[in-house]
Amino acid sequence: MIDEVFHDEWGRVLATLLGFLGDFDLAEEAAQDAFAVAAERWARAGMPRNPGAWLVTTARNRAIDRIRRERNLAAKTRLLDVPEAVTDDVEEDAIFKDERLELVFTCCHPALATEAQVALTLRTLGGLTTDEIARAFLVPTETMAKRLVRAKKKIKAAGIPFRVPDDHLLPERLAAVLAVVYLIFNEGYVARVDLAAEAIRLGRALAELMPDEPEVHALLALMLLHDARRDARLRDGELVLLADQDRSLWDRDQIAAGRAALERAIALHGRGPYVLQAAIASLHADEERDWNEIAALYGELARLTGSPVVALNRAVAVAKAEGPEAGLALLDELDRDLAGYQYLHAARADLLRRLERVEEARAAYERALALTTAEPERRFLQRRLADL
Amino acid sequence: MKYMALIYVDPTGFSSRSDEEREAITKEYFDLAEDPRMVHSDQLQPGSTATTVRVREGETLTTDGPFVETKEELGGYYLFEANDLDEAIEIAARMPASRLGGAVEVRPLVERAA
Repeated sequence: MIDEVFHDEWGRVLATLLGFLGDFDLAEEAAQDAFAVAAERWARAGMPRNPGAWLVTTARNRAIDRIRRERNLAAKTRLLDVPEAVTDDVEEDAIFKDERLELVFTCCHPALATEAQVALTLRTLGGLTTDEIARAFLVPTETMAKRLVRAKKKIKAAGIPFRVPDDHLLPERLAAVLAVVYLIFNEGYVARVDLAAEAIRLGRALAELMPDEPEVHALLALMLLHDARRDARLRDGELVLLADQDRSLWDRDQIAAGRAALERAIALHGRGPYVLQAAIASLHADEERDWNEIAALYGELARLTGSPVVALNRAVAVAKAEGPEAGLALLDELDRDLAGYQYLHAARADLLRRLERVEEARAAYERALALTTAEPERRFLQRRLADL
Repeated sequence: MKYMALIYVDPTGFSSRSDEEREAITKEYFDLAEDPRMVHSDQLQPGSTATTVRVREGETLTTDGPFVETKEELGGYYLFEANDLDEAIEIAARMPASRLGGAVEVRPLVERAA
């Protein structure tokens, strides 16, 4: 129970402290101090009514005490007049300004390398430990620790501001934030570190903090709709296609929540890439799929993004709506852009198989296999090949 | 905060333009130099005029040309004041090289106590 509260409050507390102190290391130490005190005190005396306020107040006080004692630290912070610490009185109903948006835009600033943006977001907003993040991305803890240190140094040295970007910069900066969250989601599941759940938490926080942004709601919708199918995706370690999935294993509540978020995005007149992807995901969750509509949405998405992978998805949908030959014609157009992409060959193989053009299908499956490394996917392709 | 903007120009980009275009580009650089946040700025002569100096074991060695041979050349610099990196980026984005095939490197100066 306390662990849950800690997980929920870490980002909020850190963001507030960062806004107050202007220094990552000071803010992190103060937060860690406060959480340590809380762990001990709350276990004895129970949780306070407003745990967030308690944590922020305690952390601030400890930071202030430290600054007073170590005068060289005052230069590090933006505090010109170090205030008196209020030690025992925690204002139970204190409302601290939520500076998580400032924090997320800082972490996802384009002047930082993408892998640094991801690591920093997970560490500061997600509250994951350095070790957990390292394991999630399959790098040594030392490497991840260095990555975080370098990122914080860059923020300080180069003067990356702790601020929500001005309106004229906001669209592209928000796109960067959403890309980081979606990247985290797609990293998948690693032992004891459920990044998908972390990404959804971040997505929910963003939806709370930026309620008028349609793409924010749409990203949350997309992640919920994908995540709802996770239990049906593998059976005995074997990949299960969407069409063959046991729908009773789908998380109905998540699908409903995803669709609600999508509706909010559409009500806000969103028609961006995440809205389109979420709409497609929502259609896939229907028993009888409207392949024409799915193909049309993929078409719109392809025009918006210019992505050949999206065009591939459209071709597959068109094949379902109009027959394999129509799909094959579209796949032929993608030969140049996607020659090295296993899914192009797998898709072509599948359509050729349906048309009983066995030799051509065999060649395509073999090309796909040559490009595929993931075991579940290799086994799937090998079975298809054997069944020809 | 003080920043240095190092301007890397695409040398072919400039020479292939008309006199009018070149004048207009040069004017942009001069106008930017007048910005109140500017501390100092200057244009460098082309990389072909560069000499690179190294001293190894007491011996001074010189080579003809810039430190690193790249397609883009260091063409000039601005030293300026800005509140934060976003402001510095905005200033750098106004330097013509950044949109004409070149790039601008923005780096903070080491702060020294007065």
